[in-house]
Amino acid sequence: MTLESITFGGLAVVLLASALAVVLTRNLFHSVLYLALSLVATAGLFLSLDAEFLAAIQLLLYAGGVVTIVVFAIVVTERLVGDRITQTSRQLLAGFGIAGALLVAILAVFRRAPLTVRRPPVSGDLTRAIGESLLTTHVLPFELLAVLFLAALVGALYLARPDD
Amino acid sequence: MTLQAYLTLAAMLFCIGFFGVMTRRNTIGILLGIELMLNAVNINLVAFARYHGDVSGMVFTVFTICITVAEVALGLALVILIYRIRRTAVADHLDLLKG
Repeated sequence: MTLESITFGGLAVVLLASALAVVLTRNLFHSVLYLALSLVATAGLFLSLDAEFLAAIQLLLYAGGVVTIVVFAIVVTERLVGDRITQTSRQLLAGFGIAGALLVAILAVFRRAPLTVRRPPVSGDLTRAIGESLLTTHVLPFELLAVLFLAALVGALYLARPDD
Repeated sequence: MTLQAYLTLAAMLFCIGFFGVMTRRNTIGILLGIELMLNAVNINLVAFARYHGDVSGMVFTVFTICITVAEVALGLALVILIYRIRRTAVADHLDLLKG
């Protein structure tokens, strides 16, 4: 057992356990907190893949931004409805069957075409490489992203405007 | 760790998220399931980018993360709006378009 495999195993256990908790917990608020845990575990996985910049983005945008927005939405809607939101699930067995069948199908594909690629050593600074690629090769999608954010901002403001 | 290990983990995470999307009745719960699925996709992208020594996959991950944040913000704005009008968050009750 190398340190790398121990780290990966620990992160995988935390990630899968918290993901299961997200979809199975009855209390919606607990569900969001478990989602935050699974997002942090994913950031750890990014670190194990030498992508420090993506781990930082993951923590800032996902674990910070998304979780805050969802918690805010829960608080607002609970106040509107007046009672606590508990969420029930339906057709658990059928859902489990379909999701399990999907997983078996994906794993069967993996078995048929095993990937033997080895991890190359890190060449230079990955964060620097991402930044250069973002502002040279991928500069058009990068600018389009700004337009998307503006549209999302205006759209969210329009949808959530107070009644007049 | 092999690339296979990362892909298997991501596949499991994707299926868990898919399970959540199918079984949850609350719209916010469904959104959380979608988050898990997108997260699994991000793990795949970063793993492939790292193992092939190509940084494009990581740039693409930056895009998917940003788009997901916009999607969640809009999705929750819709949920709040629906709450205000219909007083419900259960997806089965939202059948306005049903003839």
